[in-house]
Amino acid sequence: MSSVLYDIPGPKAKARNATFGVVASLVVIAVLGFIGYRFAATGQFDPLKWSWLEYQTIQLDLLNALKATLSAFVVGAALALVFGAVFALARLSDHAWLRAPAAVVVEFFRAIPLVILIFTLYYALPKAGVTVGVFWSLVIGLTLYNGSVLAEVFRAGVEAMPKGQSEAAYALGLRKSQVMTTVLLPQAVRAMLPTIISQLVVLLKDTALGFLITYQELLFEARYLGGLGEFGRPIIPTAMVVAAVYISLCMLLSWLANYLERRNRRKVRYAGAAVAKPTVAETQDELKIDTLQAE
Amino acid sequence: MIDVLVNNWPLFAEGFVSTIELFALAAIGSLVLGTILATMRVSPVPVLRTAGAGYVNIVRNTPLTLVFFFFVFAYPRLGLVELSFFTLAVVSLTVYTAAFVCETVRAGINTVPLGQGEASRALGLTFPQTLISVVVPQAFRSVVPPLTSVMIALLKNTTIAAGFSVHEAGAITPALSERGEPILLGMLWIVIGFLILVLPLSAMQRTLEKRWRVAR
Repeated sequence: MSSVLYDIPGPKAKARNATFGVVASLVVIAVLGFIGYRFAATGQFDPLKWSWLEYQTIQLDLLNALKATLSAFVVGAALALVFGAVFALARLSDHAWLRAPAAVVVEFFRAIPLVILIFTLYYALPKAGVTVGVFWSLVIGLTLYNGSVLAEVFRAGVEAMPKGQSEAAYALGLRKSQVMTTVLLPQAVRAMLPTIISQLVVLLKDTALGFLITYQELLFEARYLGGLGEFGRPIIPTAMVVAAVYISLCMLLSWLANYLERRNRRKVRYAGAAVAKPTVAETQDELKIDTLQAE
Repeated sequence: MIDVLVNNWPLFAEGFVSTIELFALAAIGSLVLGTILATMRVSPVPVLRTAGAGYVNIVRNTPLTLVFFFFVFAYPRLGLVELSFFTLAVVSLTVYTAAFVCETVRAGINTVPLGQGEASRALGLTFPQTLISVVVPQAFRSVVPPLTSVMIALLKNTTIAAGFSVHEAGAITPALSERGEPILLGMLWIVIGFLILVLPLSAMQRTLEKRWRVAR
């Protein structure tokens, strides 16, 4: 494999790489081994610390917690998609009185930390006489933040459509709304689907913020179970179980995003655009998608 | 409106100072760790590549709150070096952000066309020379704007530390709530504080993106 940095290795480099490989394996094994050793030494693999998994009530509680996480995700995702679509359309509007306020709203919610947003909804609104509760504080926060990001994603998708698409549609006599809904949006959504799903992964990860305002989701449950004295306060085992659940859910969604992206790229190649490897522009788009997820 | 800020000035000042400290330390940490991970991911040694990819895939799919949860609640049980909440928060933010820094740097290196490296090797440049005078200057341009986004995200993510006993800007709200101050006004100041921190960064990112996109 040749890359920008390394040539295809010759015999000498091959030997050197093999040595590095052995050393690296040893280091990786040592690190994992040390972690495992510390776990064992502090009794994390004690049967007692895992016995909570056998109780039906606890299993049901965990299931309820998972349901709480997922319901915040589903409601948040649905509302964020709607919010994103509405504000993307507003930002693409020909009327400045619609465009300007929409831009301010989107930029505002993207700039402030989601935690602050959720805290405002949870701590400050009740003082102003509006009580929204834990669930809706979390969901509204998720909606406003992720909806604003999605609005930008939708807008970028529509703006990336070749001009000929809308020009041809107008030439056929379609109205403005028809051009948008029948020509531009379907193509834009298709092209941006991987990015949209990546953003949904972010939303799923952010449901864990509910923990900070005592929404009874997975982390909350893990904290509670981890403090139970009769199981020897198994916070590490509970954290491991909950982590496994979160990571597999997110990986599943990420995998879907990657799959869709690969499929999109293949479609482009079939269409005759004939670029086997991603162009510079594409890799730069990828860069953007990657950084989006950091939030 | 200004009363809330003046009456609780120490609360606001300490909050934002520790936010900036968290941000600065975690930024340095994650840039270093992220770059090491990126070198692992582009290295010709398969074991290193797999280890780097494994780290990135796991960390990227973990909620930051869970990373905090692990370091703040679970790590002390392992009987290792005792660390303060602040240090644990810096570690959590570093571990999490490093995965994104790694991906950004790696993607940046990949934007440099293969021919650039081959041509410089054909000219007889050594590995450090290729790296320093050919690859890095080109990769740098495409890395810095997205890296700024990652850093903005890090800055905003520092607020999660509020939920884990670190008194930074995110912790101002619950504190105000406890004191019975008008929180909505207090929130306004926190938001303004963050806008002051974030907007210059995103303005810089936009300028760099525009300027360097043309240059290519």
